[in-house]
Amino acid sequence: MQDIPADLKYTTSHEWVLVESDDLVRVGISEHAQSQLGDMVFVELPEVGAQVSAGDAVAVVESVKAASDVYSPVPGEIVEVNEALEASPELVNSDPYVDGWLFAVKPDSLDALDALLDAEGYRSLLEEEA
Amino acid sequence: MLKKTPLHALHQQAGAKLVDFGGWEMPIHYGSQVEEHHQVRKGVGMFDVSHMTVVDVEGADAQAFLRHLLANDVARLQTAGKALYTCMLNENGGVVDDLIVYYLSPERYRLVVNAATREKDLAWMDRQASAFSVQLEEQPQLAMIAVQGPEAVSHLATVLPDLAGQLAEQPRFSAFVHLEWFLARTGYTGEDGYEIILPAEDAPGLWEQLEQAGVRPCGLGARDTLRLEAGMNLYGQDMDESTTPLESALAWTVAWEPADRQFIGRKALEKQKAEGIPRKLVGLVLLDRGVLRHGQVVQCAAGQGEITSGSFSPTMGRSIAMARVPADCDAQPLVDVRGRKLRTLVVRMPFVRDGQVSEAVTEKLNEITGE
Repeated sequence: MQDIPADLKYTTSHEWVLVESDDLVRVGISEHAQSQLGDMVFVELPEVGAQVSAGDAVAVVESVKAASDVYSPVPGEIVEVNEALEASPELVNSDPYVDGWLFAVKPDSLDALDALLDAEGYRSLLEEEA
Repeated sequence: MLKKTPLHALHQQAGAKLVDFGGWEMPIHYGSQVEEHHQVRKGVGMFDVSHMTVVDVEGADAQAFLRHLLANDVARLQTAGKALYTCMLNENGGVVDDLIVYYLSPERYRLVVNAATREKDLAWMDRQASAFSVQLEEQPQLAMIAVQGPEAVSHLATVLPDLAGQLAEQPRFSAFVHLEWFLARTGYTGEDGYEIILPAEDAPGLWEQLEQAGVRPCGLGARDTLRLEAGMNLYGQDMDESTTPLESALAWTVAWEPADRQFIGRKALEKQKAEGIPRKLVGLVLLDRGVLRHGQVVQCAAGQGEITSGSFSPTMGRSIAMARVPADCDAQPLVDVRGRKLRTLVVRMPFVRDGQVSEAVTEKLNEITGE
Protein backbone atom coordinates (compact mmCIF):
# COMPACT_ATOMS: atom_id res chain seq x y z
CA MET A 1 0.00 0.00 0.00
CA GLN A 2 1.09 3.57 -0.64
CA ASP A 3 2.66 5.52 2.16
CA ILE A 4 0.27 8.41 2.92
CA PRO A 5 1.17 10.10 6.23
CA ALA A 6 -1.89 11.14 8.21
CA ASP A 7 -0.44 14.47 9.38
CA LEU A 8 -0.19 15.88 5.85
CA LYS A 9 -2.70 17.37 3.44
CA TYR A 10 -2.73 16.52 -0.26
CA THR A 11 -3.66 18.12 -3.57
CA THR A 12 -5.34 16.42 -6.51
CA SER A 13 -2.13 17.09 -8.43
CA HIS A 14 -0.22 14.87 -5.94
CA GLU A 15 1.63 17.42 -3.84
CA TRP A 16 1.75 16.96 -0.08
CA VAL A 17 1.36 19.99 2.14
CA LEU A 18 2.63 20.34 5.70
CA VAL A 19 1.24 23.29 7.64
CA GLU A 20 4.06 23.89 10.10
CA SER A 21 2.54 27.14 11.35
CA ASP A 22 0.34 29.95 10.09
CA ASP A 23 3.57 31.39 8.64
CA LEU A 24 5.09 28.30 7.05
CA VAL A 25 3.66 25.75 4.63
CA ARG A 26 6.05 23.12 3.32
CA VAL A 27 5.42 21.32 0.00
CA GLY A 28 6.67 18.16 -1.71
CA ILE A 29 5.32 15.43 -3.95
CA SER A 30 3.66 12.27 -2.70
CA GLU A 31 5.11 8.78 -2.58
CA HIS A 32 2.66 7.90 -5.35
CA ALA A 33 3.80 10.82 -7.53
CA GLN A 34 7.51 10.00 -7.21
CA SER A 35 6.82 6.36 -7.95
CA GLN A 36 4.86 7.29 -11.09
CA LEU A 37 7.64 9.60 -12.30
CA GLY A 38 10.53 7.25 -11.55
CA ASP A 39 14.18 8.14 -10.97
CA MET A 40 14.57 11.90 -10.43
CA VAL A 41 17.47 13.50 -12.25
CA PHE A 42 16.79 17.23 -11.93
CA VAL A 43 14.71 19.55 -9.80
CA GLU A 44 14.06 23.16 -10.77
CA LEU A 45 13.21 25.21 -7.67
CA PRO A 46 11.75 28.71 -7.36
CA GLU A 47 13.74 31.75 -6.19
CA VAL A 48 13.52 32.49 -2.49
CA GLY A 49 11.53 35.73 -2.19
CA ALA A 50 9.32 35.04 -5.21
CA GLN A 51 5.63 35.93 -4.83
CA VAL A 52 3.31 33.11 -5.92
CA SER A 53 -0.42 32.58 -6.26
CA ALA A 54 -2.27 29.42 -5.29
CA GLY A 55 -2.12 27.03 -8.25
CA ASP A 56 1.05 28.56 -9.76
CA ALA A 57 3.56 26.09 -11.19
CA VAL A 58 6.56 27.04 -9.08
CA ALA A 59 8.86 24.03 -9.34
CA VAL A 60 9.59 21.27 -11.84
CA VAL A 61 10.65 17.74 -10.99
CA GLU A 62 12.25 15.84 -13.84
CA SER A 63 12.73 12.11 -13.88
CA VAL A 64 14.48 10.08 -16.53
CA LYS A 65 11.02 9.67 -18.02
CA ALA A 66 9.34 13.08 -17.86
CA ALA A 67 9.14 16.60 -16.46
CA SER A 68 6.28 17.44 -14.10
CA ASP A 69 5.18 20.79 -12.67
CA VAL A 70 4.71 21.24 -8.94
CA TYR A 71 2.09 23.77 -7.85
CA SER A 72 1.92 26.02 -4.83
CA PRO A 73 -1.17 25.20 -2.79
CA VAL A 74 -1.29 28.67 -1.20
CA PRO A 75 -0.60 32.28 -2.22
CA GLY A 76 2.40 33.91 -0.57
CA GLU A 77 6.15 34.25 -0.60
CA ILE A 78 8.68 31.46 -1.20
CA VAL A 79 10.81 31.50 1.94
CA GLU A 80 12.82 28.28 1.67
CA VAL A 81 13.86 25.85 -1.06
CA ASN A 82 15.49 22.47 -0.59
CA GLU A 83 18.97 23.17 -1.91
CA ALA A 84 20.09 19.60 -1.21
CA LEU A 85 18.07 18.54 -4.24
CA GLU A 86 20.46 20.36 -6.57
CA ALA A 87 23.11 17.72 -5.91
CA SER A 88 20.78 14.89 -4.89
CA PRO A 89 17.47 14.98 -6.77
CA GLU A 90 17.02 11.29 -5.91
CA LEU A 91 16.01 12.35 -2.36
CA VAL A 92 12.58 12.98 -3.86
CA ASN A 93 12.42 9.24 -4.63
CA SER A 94 14.03 7.85 -1.51
CA ASP A 95 12.38 10.12 1.06
CA PRO A 96 9.55 12.10 -0.56
CA TYR A 97 7.95 13.25 2.73
CA VAL A 98 10.98 14.41 4.69
CA ASP A 99 14.36 14.99 3.02
CA GLY A 100 12.74 15.23 -0.42
CA TRP A 101 10.66 18.35 0.37
CA LEU A 102 10.73 20.99 -2.40
CA PHE A 103 9.87 24.47 -1.14
CA ALA A 104 8.20 26.36 1.73
CA VAL A 105 5.78 29.26 1.43
CA LYS A 106 4.92 32.01 3.89
CA PRO A 107 1.21 32.15 3.08
CA ASP A 108 -0.78 35.37 2.60
CA SER A 109 -3.85 33.35 3.46
CA LEU A 110 -4.61 29.80 4.55
CA ASP A 111 -8.08 29.76 2.95
CA ALA A 112 -6.94 27.59 0.03
CA LEU A 113 -5.95 24.84 2.46
CA ASP A 114 -9.61 24.08 3.16
CA ALA A 115 -9.97 22.60 -0.31
CA LEU A 116 -7.10 20.13 0.17
CA LEU A 117 -7.57 16.43 0.80
CA ASP A 118 -6.75 14.68 4.04
CA ALA A 119 -4.91 11.34 3.98
CA GLU A 120 -8.17 9.42 3.70
CA GLY A 121 -9.40 11.60 0.84
CA TYR A 122 -6.08 11.25 -0.98
CA ARG A 123 -6.17 7.49 -0.60
CA SER A 124 -9.62 7.47 -2.21
CA LEU A 125 -8.31 9.64 -5.05
CA LEU A 126 -5.51 7.16 -5.74
CA GLU A 127 -7.97 4.28 -5.70
CA GLU A 128 -10.19 6.11 -8.21
CA GLU A 129 -7.23 6.83 -10.48
CA ALA A 130 -5.90 3.27 -10.33
CA MET B 1 -6.67 -5.37 -25.12
CA LEU B 2 -2.90 -5.12 -24.92
CA LYS B 3 -0.80 -7.95 -26.31
CA LYS B 4 1.32 -9.93 -23.87
CA THR B 5 4.64 -11.67 -24.37
CA PRO B 6 5.34 -15.21 -23.07
CA LEU B 7 7.24 -13.57 -20.20
CA HIS B 8 4.37 -11.32 -19.06
CA ALA B 9 3.51 -13.38 -15.97
CA LEU B 10 7.16 -13.35 -14.84
CA HIS B 11 7.29 -9.55 -15.20
CA GLN B 12 4.19 -9.22 -13.03
CA GLN B 13 5.65 -11.53 -10.38
CA ALA B 14 8.85 -9.47 -10.40
CA GLY B 15 6.85 -6.30 -9.66
CA ALA B 16 7.57 -4.67 -13.01
CA LYS B 17 5.86 -1.41 -13.85
CA LEU B 18 4.01 -2.31 -17.04
CA VAL B 19 3.05 0.19 -19.72
CA ASP B 20 1.44 0.23 -23.15
CA PHE B 21 4.32 0.02 -25.58
CA GLY B 22 3.03 0.07 -29.16
CA GLY B 23 0.05 -2.11 -28.25
CA TRP B 24 2.05 -4.45 -26.00
CA GLU B 25 2.00 -4.47 -22.22
CA MET B 26 5.73 -4.29 -21.49
CA PRO B 27 7.92 -3.60 -18.43
CA ILE B 28 9.24 -0.04 -18.34
CA HIS B 29 11.30 -0.82 -15.22
CA TYR B 30 11.43 -3.24 -12.28
CA GLY B 31 12.03 -0.55 -9.65
CA SER B 32 14.71 1.82 -10.90
CA GLN B 33 15.43 2.61 -14.53
CA VAL B 34 18.75 4.26 -13.65
CA GLU B 35 20.00 1.25 -11.66
CA GLU B 36 19.03 -1.05 -14.52
CA HIS B 37 20.91 1.20 -16.92
CA HIS B 38 24.10 1.03 -14.81
CA GLN B 39 23.67 -2.71 -14.40
CA VAL B 40 23.92 -3.19 -18.18
CA ARG B 41 26.90 -0.82 -18.53
CA LYS B 42 28.84 -2.43 -15.67
CA GLY B 43 27.62 -6.03 -15.52
CA VAL B 44 24.74 -7.71 -17.28
CA GLY B 45 21.01 -7.24 -17.68
CA MET B 46 18.27 -8.85 -19.73
CA PHE B 47 15.34 -7.42 -21.64
CA ASP B 48 12.15 -8.99 -22.92
CA VAL B 49 11.98 -7.80 -26.53
CA SER B 50 9.47 -10.41 -27.68
CA HIS B 51 7.26 -7.62 -29.02
CA MET B 52 9.65 -7.20 -31.94
CA THR B 53 8.54 -8.69 -35.24
CA VAL B 54 10.50 -11.52 -36.85
CA VAL B 55 9.93 -12.12 -40.56
CA ASP B 56 11.64 -14.92 -42.49
CA VAL B 57 12.21 -14.37 -46.21
CA GLU B 58 12.62 -17.49 -48.30
CA GLY B 59 12.69 -18.36 -51.97
CA ALA B 60 14.78 -18.37 -55.12
CA ASP B 61 14.58 -14.56 -55.34
CA ALA B 62 15.18 -13.85 -51.64
CA GLN B 63 18.45 -12.03 -52.27
CA ALA B 64 17.18 -10.13 -55.33
CA PHE B 65 14.06 -9.08 -53.41
CA LEU B 66 16.01 -7.74 -50.42
CA ARG B 67 18.50 -5.95 -52.69
CA HIS B 68 15.47 -4.11 -54.11
CA LEU B 69 13.69 -3.58 -50.78
CA LEU B 70 16.57 -2.40 -48.57
CA ALA B 71 18.93 0.58 -48.80
CA ASN B 72 21.87 -1.43 -47.52
CA ASP B 73 23.04 -4.30 -49.73
CA VAL B 74 22.48 -7.87 -48.51
CA ALA B 75 24.92 -9.07 -51.18
CA ARG B 76 27.58 -7.85 -48.73
CA LEU B 77 26.60 -10.72 -46.47
CA GLN B 78 28.66 -13.77 -47.40
CA THR B 79 28.94 -15.68 -44.11
CA ALA B 80 25.96 -17.58 -42.73
CA GLY B 81 24.56 -15.73 -39.70
CA LYS B 82 26.08 -12.38 -40.61
CA ALA B 83 23.86 -9.39 -39.77
CA LEU B 84 23.32 -6.07 -41.53
CA TYR B 85 21.60 -2.96 -40.19
CA THR B 86 19.57 -1.17 -42.84
CA CYS B 87 16.71 1.16 -43.61
CA MET B 88 13.71 0.21 -45.68
CA LEU B 89 12.77 3.28 -47.72
CA ASN B 90 9.76 4.49 -49.68
CA GLU B 91 10.08 5.97 -53.18
CA ASN B 92 10.71 9.42 -51.68
CA GLY B 93 13.67 8.14 -49.71
CA GLY B 94 11.71 8.39 -46.45
CA VAL B 95 12.36 5.69 -43.85
CA VAL B 96 9.52 3.14 -43.65
CA ASP B 97 11.41 1.31 -40.89
CA ASP B 98 14.91 0.34 -39.80
CA LEU B 99 15.71 -3.31 -39.30
CA ILE B 100 18.36 -5.98 -38.94
CA VAL B 101 18.64 -8.61 -41.64
CA TYR B 102 20.48 -11.88 -40.99
CA TYR B 103 21.88 -13.91 -43.88
CA LEU B 104 21.22 -17.64 -43.61
CA SER B 105 21.67 -18.64 -47.29
CA PRO B 106 21.13 -16.84 -50.62
CA GLU B 107 17.55 -18.14 -50.47
CA ARG B 108 16.92 -17.53 -46.76
CA TYR B 109 17.13 -14.41 -44.64
CA ARG B 110 15.66 -13.40 -41.30
CA LEU B 111 14.48 -9.83 -40.66
CA VAL B 112 13.78 -8.26 -37.26
CA VAL B 113 11.59 -5.15 -37.57
CA ASN B 114 9.98 -2.79 -35.08
CA ALA B 115 6.81 -3.81 -33.26
CA ALA B 116 5.16 -0.40 -33.59
CA THR B 117 5.42 -0.53 -37.40
CA ARG B 118 4.53 -4.20 -37.83
CA GLU B 119 1.34 -3.88 -39.91
CA LYS B 120 2.76 -1.15 -42.13
CA ASP B 121 6.01 -3.05 -42.70
CA LEU B 122 4.32 -6.34 -43.54
CA ALA B 123 1.95 -4.63 -45.99
CA TRP B 124 4.82 -2.75 -47.63
CA MET B 125 7.00 -5.85 -47.93
CA ASP B 126 4.12 -7.94 -49.29
CA ARG B 127 3.43 -5.32 -51.93
CA GLN B 128 7.05 -5.16 -53.02
CA ALA B 129 7.37 -8.96 -53.00
CA SER B 130 4.72 -9.59 -55.63
CA ALA B 131 7.23 -9.28 -58.49
CA PHE B 132 9.62 -11.79 -56.90
CA SER B 133 9.62 -15.51 -56.26
CA VAL B 134 9.75 -15.19 -52.50
CA GLN B 135 7.70 -16.05 -49.39
CA LEU B 136 7.46 -13.79 -46.35
CA GLU B 137 6.59 -15.61 -43.14
CA GLU B 138 6.05 -13.71 -39.92
CA GLN B 139 7.13 -15.77 -36.89
CA PRO B 140 4.74 -14.73 -34.10
CA GLN B 141 5.42 -17.98 -32.21
CA LEU B 142 8.93 -16.75 -31.39
CA ALA B 143 10.02 -14.82 -28.32
CA MET B 144 13.14 -12.69 -28.00
CA ILE B 145 15.40 -12.08 -25.00
CA ALA B 146 18.29 -9.60 -25.13
CA VAL B 147 21.14 -10.31 -22.68
CA GLN B 148 23.42 -7.28 -22.65
CA GLY B 149 26.48 -6.00 -20.84
CA PRO B 150 30.19 -6.76 -20.45
CA GLU B 151 29.32 -9.91 -18.47
CA ALA B 152 26.53 -11.05 -20.83
CA VAL B 153 28.54 -13.72 -22.60
CA SER B 154 30.00 -15.25 -19.43
CA HIS B 155 26.59 -15.39 -17.73
CA LEU B 156 24.96 -16.92 -20.78
CA ALA B 157 27.72 -19.50 -20.88
CA THR B 158 26.92 -20.62 -17.32
CA VAL B 159 23.29 -21.16 -18.32
CA LEU B 160 24.13 -22.76 -21.69
CA PRO B 161 27.36 -24.64 -20.91
CA ASP B 162 27.21 -26.73 -24.09
CA LEU B 163 27.35 -23.52 -26.12
CA ALA B 164 30.00 -21.76 -24.04
CA GLY B 165 32.73 -22.00 -26.68
CA GLN B 166 30.49 -20.89 -29.52
CA LEU B 167 29.04 -18.01 -27.46
CA ALA B 168 32.52 -16.69 -26.71
CA GLU B 169 33.89 -17.09 -30.24
CA GLN B 170 30.92 -15.86 -32.30
CA PRO B 171 31.96 -12.60 -34.00
CA ARG B 172 29.95 -9.50 -33.08
CA PHE B 173 27.03 -8.65 -35.32
CA SER B 174 26.43 -12.22 -36.41
CA ALA B 175 24.27 -15.13 -35.30
CA PHE B 176 24.36 -18.90 -34.98
CA VAL B 177 21.55 -21.39 -34.89
CA HIS B 178 21.26 -24.10 -32.23
CA LEU B 179 18.27 -26.42 -32.72
CA GLU B 180 15.28 -24.05 -32.67
CA TRP B 181 17.20 -21.18 -31.08
CA PHE B 182 18.74 -18.30 -32.98
CA LEU B 183 21.52 -16.61 -31.02
CA ALA B 184 22.66 -13.26 -32.41
CA ARG B 185 25.58 -11.27 -30.97
CA THR B 186 23.71 -8.01 -31.46
CA GLY B 187 21.89 -5.51 -29.31
CA TYR B 188 20.53 -2.02 -28.77
CA THR B 189 22.63 -0.90 -25.82
CA GLY B 190 26.18 -0.29 -27.09
CA GLU B 191 27.42 -3.25 -25.03
CA ASP B 192 28.44 -6.77 -25.91
CA GLY B 193 25.71 -9.37 -25.62
CA TYR B 194 23.20 -11.56 -27.37
CA GLU B 195 19.68 -11.29 -28.67
CA ILE B 196 18.19 -14.76 -28.51
CA ILE B 197 15.18 -15.58 -30.68
CA LEU B 198 13.53 -18.77 -29.44
CA PRO B 199 10.19 -20.58 -29.35
CA ALA B 200 7.74 -18.87 -26.98
CA GLU B 201 7.47 -21.99 -24.81
CA ASP B 202 11.24 -21.98 -24.17
CA ALA B 203 11.40 -18.31 -23.16
CA PRO B 204 10.23 -18.44 -19.50
CA GLY B 205 12.68 -21.26 -18.74
CA LEU B 206 15.65 -19.36 -20.16
CA TRP B 207 14.57 -16.15 -18.40
CA GLU B 208 14.35 -17.90 -15.01
CA GLN B 209 17.68 -19.67 -15.49
CA LEU B 210 19.35 -16.40 -16.39
CA GLU B 211 17.84 -14.75 -13.34
CA GLN B 212 19.15 -17.54 -11.12
CA ALA B 213 22.57 -17.01 -12.72
CA GLY B 214 22.46 -13.38 -11.55
CA VAL B 215 21.20 -11.64 -14.67
CA ARG B 216 18.92 -8.82 -13.63
CA PRO B 217 15.72 -8.07 -15.59
CA CYS B 218 15.75 -4.58 -17.10
CA GLY B 219 12.88 -2.61 -18.56
CA LEU B 220 12.43 -0.78 -21.81
CA GLY B 221 13.12 2.52 -20.01
CA ALA B 222 16.75 1.55 -19.48
CA ARG B 223 16.89 0.18 -23.01
CA ASP B 224 15.97 3.65 -24.27
CA THR B 225 18.65 5.52 -22.31
CA LEU B 226 21.21 2.85 -23.23
CA ARG B 227 20.49 3.12 -26.95
CA LEU B 228 20.51 6.92 -26.79
CA GLU B 229 23.95 6.91 -25.13
CA ALA B 230 25.05 4.42 -27.80
CA GLY B 231 23.90 6.86 -30.50
CA MET B 232 21.38 4.42 -31.94
CA ASN B 233 18.31 5.86 -33.62
CA LEU B 234 14.78 5.05 -32.52
CA TYR B 235 12.28 4.70 -35.35
CA GLY B 236 9.33 7.10 -35.14
CA GLN B 237 11.38 9.54 -33.08
CA ASP B 238 14.76 10.07 -34.74
CA MET B 239 13.60 9.19 -38.24
CA ASP B 240 10.37 8.35 -40.03
CA GLU B 241 8.81 8.52 -43.49
CA SER B 242 9.35 12.29 -43.66
CA THR B 243 13.13 12.02 -43.24
CA THR B 244 15.78 10.29 -45.33
CA PRO B 245 18.71 8.28 -43.92
CA LEU B 246 20.99 11.10 -45.12
CA GLU B 247 19.21 13.48 -42.71
CA SER B 248 19.23 10.88 -39.93
CA ALA B 249 22.94 10.14 -39.39
CA LEU B 250 22.36 6.90 -41.29
CA ALA B 251 24.19 7.65 -44.55
CA TRP B 252 26.61 4.86 -43.57
CA THR B 253 23.80 2.34 -43.99
CA VAL B 254 23.11 3.28 -47.62
CA ALA B 255 25.04 1.10 -50.09
CA TRP B 256 25.57 3.23 -53.22
CA GLU B 257 27.75 0.61 -54.87
CA PRO B 258 27.12 -1.17 -57.16
CA ALA B 259 25.67 1.83 -58.95
CA ASP B 260 23.21 -0.25 -60.94
CA ARG B 261 21.38 -1.66 -57.88
CA GLN B 262 18.00 0.05 -58.04
CA PHE B 263 16.82 -0.15 -54.42
CA ILE B 264 13.60 1.61 -53.50
CA GLY B 265 14.29 5.27 -52.72
CA ARG B 266 17.64 5.37 -54.51
CA LYS B 267 16.61 8.04 -57.02
CA ALA B 268 15.25 10.31 -54.31
CA LEU B 269 18.42 9.93 -52.22
CA GLU B 270 20.62 10.68 -55.25
CA LYS B 271 18.58 13.78 -55.95
CA GLN B 272 18.84 14.94 -52.34
CA LYS B 273 22.57 14.30 -52.31
CA ALA B 274 23.03 16.29 -55.55
CA GLU B 275 20.91 19.21 -54.34
CA GLY B 276 22.45 19.29 -50.88
CA ILE B 277 21.16 17.74 -47.69
CA PRO B 278 19.36 20.50 -45.77
CA ARG B 279 19.31 18.95 -42.30
CA LYS B 280 21.39 16.56 -40.25
CA LEU B 281 20.96 14.54 -37.09
CA VAL B 282 23.56 15.35 -34.44
CA GLY B 283 24.37 14.46 -30.87
CA LEU B 284 23.98 17.18 -28.22
CA VAL B 285 25.34 17.33 -24.69
CA LEU B 286 23.63 19.78 -22.33
CA LEU B 287 26.12 22.11 -20.65
CA ASP B 288 23.62 23.70 -18.26
CA ARG B 289 21.47 21.94 -15.70
CA GLY B 290 18.19 20.49 -16.96
CA VAL B 291 16.93 17.73 -19.21
CA LEU B 292 16.63 17.74 -23.00
CA ARG B 293 13.41 16.17 -24.27
CA HIS B 294 11.83 15.14 -27.56
CA GLY B 295 10.20 18.11 -29.29
CA GLN B 296 12.23 20.95 -27.72
CA VAL B 297 13.34 23.66 -30.14
CA VAL B 298 17.05 23.96 -30.95
CA GLN B 299 18.31 27.42 -31.91
CA CYS B 300 21.34 27.36 -34.20
CA ALA B 301 22.82 30.50 -35.75
CA ALA B 302 21.70 28.99 -39.08
CA GLY B 303 18.08 28.44 -38.05
CA GLN B 304 15.89 26.21 -35.92
CA GLY B 305 16.09 22.53 -35.27
CA GLU B 306 14.36 20.06 -33.00
CA ILE B 307 15.30 17.50 -30.36
CA THR B 308 14.24 14.07 -31.64
CA SER B 309 15.32 12.04 -28.58
CA GLY B 310 16.45 13.51 -25.29
CA SER B 311 16.98 12.21 -21.80
CA PHE B 312 19.33 12.11 -18.87
CA SER B 313 22.46 10.06 -19.47
CA PRO B 314 23.09 8.01 -16.33
CA THR B 315 26.64 7.24 -17.49
CA MET B 316 27.58 10.89 -18.10
CA GLY B 317 25.47 12.41 -15.35
CA ARG B 318 24.24 15.01 -17.84
CA SER B 319 21.42 15.32 -20.28
CA ILE B 320 22.10 14.24 -23.87
CA ALA B 321 20.02 14.27 -27.02
CA MET B 322 19.78 13.65 -30.72
CA ALA B 323 18.59 16.67 -32.67
CA ARG B 324 17.72 17.36 -36.27
CA VAL B 325 19.30 20.72 -37.13
CA PRO B 326 20.20 22.77 -40.21
CA ALA B 327 23.19 21.24 -42.04
CA ASP B 328 25.37 24.25 -41.16
CA CYS B 329 24.39 24.41 -37.49
CA ASP B 330 27.07 25.90 -35.23
CA ALA B 331 28.91 23.95 -32.54
CA GLN B 332 27.00 25.31 -29.53
CA PRO B 333 23.29 25.73 -30.23
CA LEU B 334 20.81 26.79 -27.53
CA VAL B 335 17.79 24.72 -26.59
CA ASP B 336 14.57 26.24 -25.31
CA VAL B 337 13.57 24.39 -22.14
CA ARG B 338 10.38 25.88 -20.69
CA GLY B 339 11.44 29.35 -21.75
CA ARG B 340 15.03 29.05 -20.53
CA LYS B 341 17.77 29.05 -23.17
CA LEU B 342 20.16 26.26 -22.22
CA ARG B 343 23.61 25.81 -23.76
CA THR B 344 24.47 22.60 -25.59
CA LEU B 345 27.47 21.20 -27.40
CA VAL B 346 27.35 19.29 -30.68
CA VAL B 347 29.30 16.04 -30.39
CA ARG B 348 30.04 13.05 -32.50
CA MET B 349 27.97 10.01 -31.51
CA PRO B 350 28.10 7.55 -29.84
CA PHE B 351 28.19 9.25 -26.46
CA VAL B 352 29.04 5.97 -24.72
CA ARG B 353 30.25 2.63 -26.02
CA ASP B 354 31.39 -0.50 -24.20
CA GLY B 355 30.92 1.05 -20.78
CA GLN B 356 32.96 4.22 -21.40
CA VAL B 357 32.10 7.79 -22.35
CA SER B 358 33.64 8.29 -25.79
CA GLU B 359 37.01 10.05 -25.75
CA ALA B 360 35.90 12.51 -28.40
CA VAL B 361 32.94 13.55 -26.24
CA THR B 362 35.07 13.82 -23.10
CA GLU B 363 37.71 15.93 -24.84
CA LYS B 364 35.18 18.27 -26.35
CA LEU B 365 33.41 18.70 -23.02
CA ASN B 366 36.70 19.38 -21.24
CA GLU B 367 37.59 22.08 -23.76
CA ILE B 368 34.36 23.90 -23.02
CA THR B 369 34.06 23.37 -19.31
CA GLY B 370 37.78 23.94 -18.75
CA GLU B 371 38.26 20.80 -16.66
